[in-house]
Amino acid sequence: MMKALKGFALPVLLLVLWQIWATVAGIHSDTLAAPVDIAVAFVKGFSDGTILSATGMTLTAAAGGLLIGAGLGIVSGFVFGLLPPLSRLSRVTVEVLRPVPAVAILPIALLVFGFGYAMEMAIIAFACFFPVMLLTESAIRQITPRLMEVARVMRLTATQRTFKIVFPAVLPRLFLALRLAAGIALIVSVTVEISANPQGLGYSLMMAGQSLRPADMFAILFWIGLIGWALNWVLVRTELKLFPFHALRRAAE
Amino acid sequence: MTATLHQFERNFEDAPRAAAKTGRKPLISLKGVGLSFGSHEVLQDINVDIGEGEFVCVIGPSGCGKTTLLRILSGLIQASRGTVSYRGKAQTEPASDIAIVFQDYANALLPWRTASQNISLALEAAATPRAERKDRIAHLLEKVGLSKHADKYPSEMSGGMQQRLQIARCLAQNPSVILMDEPFGALDAMTRQKLQDEILAIVSESNVTAFFVTHDLEEAIYLADRVIALEPNPGRIAELIDVPLARPRNQLTTREEPEFLALRRKLFDFVLRYE
Repeated sequence: MMKALKGFALPVLLLVLWQIWATVAGIHSDTLAAPVDIAVAFVKGFSDGTILSATGMTLTAAAGGLLIGAGLGIVSGFVFGLLPPLSRLSRVTVEVLRPVPAVAILPIALLVFGFGYAMEMAIIAFACFFPVMLLTESAIRQITPRLMEVARVMRLTATQRTFKIVFPAVLPRLFLALRLAAGIALIVSVTVEISANPQGLGYSLMMAGQSLRPADMFAILFWIGLIGWALNWVLVRTELKLFPFHALRRAAE
Repeated sequence: MTATLHQFERNFEDAPRAAAKTGRKPLISLKGVGLSFGSHEVLQDINVDIGEGEFVCVIGPSGCGKTTLLRILSGLIQASRGTVSYRGKAQTEPASDIAIVFQDYANALLPWRTASQNISLALEAAATPRAERKDRIAHLLEKVGLSKHADKYPSEMSGGMQQRLQIARCLAQNPSVILMDEPFGALDAMTRQKLQDEILAIVSESNVTAFFVTHDLEEAIYLADRVIALEPNPGRIAELIDVPLARPRNQLTTREEPEFLALRRKLFDFVLRYE
């Protein structure tokens, strides 16, 4: 608890210094706002529901894209992990597509889907797909051969081997991939909203900036930061809960 | 642990091992067994019979195919030449009553399962009814002295405890044969001696046949009824050595017996030839 509080010391101090500076210098800027004004904008944004509805849009898009991208990534990761020849065959294709920045497919997605959720989710799915696929594939490869031997010596059936050895061995790494992808999904959703899609937090941020409302802009910016932090916190907690042995193992290493 | 040790001593007073040894028919029989990878010959013309309840240790310089021989016996790999028969039938795949204790216990245990759940895996594989599992697991944990650690994950246990757990999991298979591949190689000297005595107790208690690969010559003599000495390039049997030491064996007195020392000298001389 003390440790958590200590973590807040620096941001609070910075905010206080920022406020003092804003008050003393008396800024009336189109780009900067005082923390107090930001707080007021924050409260207003929540009371009139604009921030919440924008948050809902962004998170819906992010979750949908994550579900599609990570889902496909896990399935193809399993296929490639279990069938190395297929993996070799598709290596070049993957290596060419993977470095393409997700936002670069925006024009295509826009042409195909138009504005709205479908376009945004497609881009998010594209961004999440590759890391999840690669991590899943390597997770399968990293099952120690010894475990498969243990399975053979005990004469586990193919089904038993899959459900008692392969899945549990892969699951912790899979979750790690999911955690990584969730972060990517949030980043990409906001990016797409800022650059094209007229909805969600990214768009609100954009509009606040363009209509010279820095207090609103910063309020949304901090809110996005908070969402990202909370998302990670929840996922880390879930990971500890689901895979206590994994955390133990990592702590031991 | 002490309970099993006492039982072990009792058992041996009842039925001296030397008497049981005569007139047994071979449980495992290797005839002209050889293995090659391409043109590289790993094992050549291995002929040996292993009797029921016998404790056989395999020694030899590194690269002589000790582990490979164990893997052939287990059915994990197939010999390129000759026949391996178990209970009179050709051994072509792992049998449910042949268990293996691997040296790398950390890799062989399932890290996501607790001690009892790891033992449960063997019972699940054997389709043991759920109702029976709990008692069996408790019994096996007690046998290896891990009753207090039933709910611990392997990563929370010491090396010796993890190896005990692996042994318990093997026992859950109700094995007739336990194959052990340098099982105590990664453990410290004290733990190793303790586990040696425990494995002797377990083996004698359930009349299991043991095939034990080790590079520790004294360990081989201490445990075995018979030592198979392999020589390398290609791996083949140099000598089969009977160990006539009385049982139960004792870490102090057995190791001081003249016979023990003579065998120790003999095996050291043998291995030194290849250093």
